Amino acid sequence: MNMIGLRSILLASVAGVFLSACAGQDQRPDLDSDTVGLEDDTNGSESTGFGSSGGLSEQQLEEQARQQEQDALTAEQDALRDVRVFYFEFDKALVEPAAQVPLRAHATYLSNNPNTSVVLNGYTDERGTKEYNLALGERRAKAIERFLLVNGAADTQVETVSFGEEFPANYGSSDDAYSKNRRVVLEYR
Amino acid sequence: MLNKTMPIAAARFTVVATLLLSLLLSAAARADLVIEITQGVKGAVPIAIVPFANETAGSLPQDPSEIITEDLRRSGDFEPLGKQNFLSLPSKGEDIFFRDWSLLGQRYLVVGAISKGDGPDMLKLRYELHDVTSRKRILGRVVTGKEGALRDMAHSAADAIYEALTGTKGVFSTKIAYVVLEGTNKKPVYSLEIADADGQRSKVIYKSPSPVLSPAWSPDGKKLAYVSYETGRPAIFIQDINSGVRTKTASYKGINSAPAWSPDGRKLAMTLSKDGNPEIYTLDLGSGDLKRITNNWGIDTEANWSPDGKSLVFTSDRGGSPQIYKTDISGGGETRLTFDGRYNARPRYSMDGESLFFVHQREGVFNVARMDLETRELDVLSGTRMDESPSVAPNGNMVIYATKDNGRGMLAVVGVTTGARYVLPSREGDVREPAWSPFL
Repeated sequence: MNMIGLRSILLASVAGVFLSACAGQDQRPDLDSDTVGLEDDTNGSESTGFGSSGGLSEQQLEEQARQQEQDALTAEQDALRDVRVFYFEFDKALVEPAAQVPLRAHATYLSNNPNTSVVLNGYTDERGTKEYNLALGERRAKAIERFLLVNGAADTQVETVSFGEEFPANYGSSDDAYSKNRRVVLEYR
Repeated sequence: MLNKTMPIAAARFTVVATLLLSLLLSAAARADLVIEITQGVKGAVPIAIVPFANETAGSLPQDPSEIITEDLRRSGDFEPLGKQNFLSLPSKGEDIFFRDWSLLGQRYLVVGAISKGDGPDMLKLRYELHDVTSRKRILGRVVTGKEGALRDMAHSAADAIYEALTGTKGVFSTKIAYVVLEGTNKKPVYSLEIADADGQRSKVIYKSPSPVLSPAWSPDGKKLAYVSYETGRPAIFIQDINSGVRTKTASYKGINSAPAWSPDGRKLAMTLSKDGNPEIYTLDLGSGDLKRITNNWGIDTEANWSPDGKSLVFTSDRGGSPQIYKTDISGGGETRLTFDGRYNARPRYSMDGESLFFVHQREGVFNVARMDLETRELDVLSGTRMDESPSVAPNGNMVIYATKDNGRGMLAVVGVTTGARYVLPSREGDVREPAWSPFL
């Protein structure tokens, strides 16, 4: 599941609830069933009032939306820390926008838990020379390390190791396989 | 003694023409055509190596003439005659009917015999090289050795014949080092091996569940420097080949890799990232003195010494993509050498220091290329898709490199001037990172 757009999806869904309720429609809002934390069942039991005659006040609805968002954010933070593999373009070590939200969650967690630490293992695809790729794998791991440090982790909590072309995630030689191999894997110790 | 220029120029033309033809044909047919090129070079000099007479009264593990035949064939400079064509089997000069051999279109002829040497288990290999046209003996030698060294004796005979006919020392008695990966991703086994230049008699000298990379021979051929992950991160080790004694040579924080011996064997150039990002350093193996050579934001790695020991070439991406640069060992005078293409890496000097071999990418394909340092002219030598790790034979005439066949790593060799290519005997596992030994 793509965790990246999660927050915006959640916000959009919450806004959807609000709008539906205001319009006084006599049915449950059509929530995206894929949206983590806002499954139809839980939503149905928690969100009393939809379809009932009285309805909630605007203030109550806002409060409810805020609570939902808070719960969702906590769940989201936990879910984001499940993202431990970060991908790169060929011969590049730029931290992709997609990686930044989960990496911030890891950085926050490390900052809140100073006794934990992570190892960042850097890898490349098989193209190019082995030693250059060893250096490139390190550069990728260090790019992730820098991002974690800037976002609150301490440098004693982060270590990097590059394996270059070794241990590919996918043994194929297709562009798709290569894109799976250009990665940094974060491991909690 | 042999006029090499003409046949080789013709051979190169044929190879280029065949290559062009192969490019024009469909992609599906490509593999077959490449194999065709691999098999031979037009204009290779015809030579007949007659099966050697066995005068030992016992049986031999192999006829050394077969080893000589295969050695000369692989060089690409010669085209040995198939045994089935032989009209007679002389084993010494006075038995040769030269007319027979000139009728068969042969230019040179090798005859010989193996007999018992002085002492137990000793063998004597006698061989003669004759010029079929002039009907003169060019070479006649006797080599002795233990029975178990028959293969060494044959390789040394092939070396002498090659040198007599081309003026260049043969490399058939040299060795290659390489890394074999077996097992699975979860349980890999890396072996550092040494074998004869023809891939025979392989020996494991180090085995590990962690990656092993970048073997490099000391100039005296007695040690190998390489990278091992046995400590959990890349560190450089030097291993004495005969005793097996290993020394941890560099194990700083970050990368310790790409070891390269200075021509006098006293220093090791290497890539260390202990000071922030990968830079080239030289380590004085006697004093332990470590000197930083490059200082740049980019990746600097894969150093190789010029034959005079005064400068280093290396890969750097300081210009935005991996390219080859040169620096004095003082650290001054850095210049960029490659401009053709987006990816040029892992340079290796030719023996005369006049050209570089390296990995060159064009249209998504990685090949071994050679560049003349004076004219800057670039010549692509290999023809598969994923070629890397070129290492030059000590006579400069051949380059061994790693390639892939159906996703499996194997070693291949290309003749620098002949364009002849061959793949080393395949075996289990993924074979990679060849390093050709110096003359031993």
